[in-house]
Order: sequence, then C-alpha cells, then structure tokens
Amino acid sequence: MNEFRGQTLSWDFKDGLIELALHRQPLNEISSLTVEELEKFIAAAEPISREAHALILYSTLKSGFCAGADLRELYHWIEQYGQAEVTKHTREYLQRIHSVMNTLDALPLTTIAAVHGVTFGGGFELALTCDLIVADKWARFCFPELRLGLIPGFGGIPRLKRDLGNAVVRDLLLTGRSFNTTKAQQIGLVSHVVGEGEALRAARSMAAQVAKFDRNTAAEAKRFIKPALLDELQKEIDIFCELIARPAVQAGLKKFVESTAAQPYLP
Amino acid sequence: MPTAEKTLDEILDLAAAHFKVPRERLSPDDDFFKALGIDSLQTLDLLTKLEHHFRVELPDYELQGVTDFRTLAGKIQARL
Repeated sequence: MNEFRGQTLSWDFKDGLIELALHRQPLNEISSLTVEELEKFIAAAEPISREAHALILYSTLKSGFCAGADLRELYHWIEQYGQAEVTKHTREYLQRIHSVMNTLDALPLTTIAAVHGVTFGGGFELALTCDLIVADKWARFCFPELRLGLIPGFGGIPRLKRDLGNAVVRDLLLTGRSFNTTKAQQIGLVSHVVGEGEALRAARSMAAQVAKFDRNTAAEAKRFIKPALLDELQKEIDIFCELIARPAVQAGLKKFVESTAAQPYLP
Repeated sequence: MPTAEKTLDEILDLAAAHFKVPRERLSPDDDFFKALGIDSLQTLDLLTKLEHHFRVELPDYELQGVTDFRTLAGKIQARL
C-alpha cells in the first residue's frame, strides 16, 4: 500500500520518500486509534522501506506537532478497568506502542521529524525515534509527565539519554520545564532551526540530499550509530506500570480530565 | 541592558502586535490572560516569542502564578 488516509494520520510513498502526516484534532493526542493506525503504517512501511531512502514525520495541524498521549483516554481506562486491571491493560498498550516506536527508530532509511509548535510528552518521544529533527523557530519541547506523577512511557527517557548527555535529560525530566528551539539546538537535539512554517520544506530538502547516497550504506551507518535500547525500554514500561496504579496519579488524571482549561496538558 | 520600563514597554508592544490587541488597551498591571484573551497554548506561544525577542530562557516554573505584565517584565529583566 503506497498511501493511506486514516482518522489520525495519513501517509504516502512517492519517489523514494515516505511522508507520514499526523492530523488528529486538537493537537494530535496519541490515542489507541492513533496506535492502531501507526501499526498499519509500520506493516506497510517495512516492505516499502526497502525501496525508500527517507521518511518525514510531520503534523498538518497549525497548533503544533503533537501534545503527547491522550490522557483522557488513559483516565477512562482507569474508570473502566479499575485499579487492578488498569496496570495489565496499560502494559499491553505500552508494549504495542513501544513495538511501533522501536520499528520507527530502526527503519533502514533516514527518518526526519519536521516539528513546529507544541512537541510535548509522547509527541516529543515520537520525534525522538527519528534520526534527525528539523524544527520551526517557534517549536517548543517538554516532558511534563512528572506533573501527573508519571514518567514518559513511550521510550523517551532511554532515547533522550542515548542522544544527549545525562545531565540534560535530568534537567528536562526532573523540572518538567518546556524549552524553545534555541535551547534544543544548543543541546544537540535539533539539527536545523528554520523559519515559521518552513520545517517540512527543509525536511524535504534534507531528504533529497539523503537520496544522493547509497541507501544500503546509509542503513549500515544508521545501524552502527543508533543502538537499540531494549533492556532500558522494558524497564521504562515496568516503572510506568508501577506508577499508573497509584492513587495520586489517578487523582492527577481526574483533575486533568475535569479541567475546563482549553489546553489543560500545557504548563 | 534596557531599563525595567523599556522591557515592560517592549513586552506590551510585542503582546499587542502578536495578539492583535490595540496597544492603548494594555496596561502594565493588566492580567494578560484576560487582556489578551489567551488560553494556555497561546500563553506558551507568548513565552516563546518573549524568549526569542529578549534572547533569554524563561523556565515555566519561574512564571507560575505570574499573571500581570509588570511582574512578567520583572522576571525577564532579572535574566537580561
């Protein structure tokens, strides 16, 4: 399948380039439907990636790249399954999304996240699976999970630790502060900062450059410099599942769900 | 380094221009959420624009509880 249009995302494959676009209102919150459609993408991408040289991941929404996990859905699971069962259900869900993220992380082609606006939590984690991040000058990054008594659960901590210094990871994770593209480029997270609305264009230009190289050599180079982190990723799932059953987390999620703020997940 | 008054003026100018509010309707002690009619996503946008304009980093936790332009200007002035 060379193209797909789902409810949360779409993709197309043309001239060696795969473009995966997120478009779930209001801010691409990652729900179980998103995961289901990402799984469809992964199933299609594995054969396509033998012919492709690059993948670009971006958002079509003006508000930003992605606000992270759909916390309302997470809260409804707690209500639906009860405290005992929610851990089991969460573990199954995280195993599915980790499987998607791990495949994206290791695709044998060059992957580029073109981000703008809000790139928070699970959205930040999704961008971290990519080999390169191109950011619009107004993009903003954050791991806000500790505010809810959780840790990032989609592989963010091991991947950030792999790609940046541990002190940087502690700063971003333990303070939960958001930061701009200037900071993101200073710490080595973002490869290129471009003008407003220019991230996708710049990513396409980068993909055209990547296409000039032998794709098998590029895939070998990627395998060499981007190790899998399976033990740490599994540990992250274990910690997240231990935390989700705590009453304080459930109270935090309840407060979030009942908030009347327009974007309650933001600082 | 600009004076505190100049920093405050620049914040008011930037906020008025970015959110398309007449400059004369904004005062230093206004609650900027109300005066600009902005939600938390737009507040984040304002924070990013201010960081860029003044070339400073403003951690979210330093701005918790800050609602008026004058206090915001003080936080920025302390980082210039």
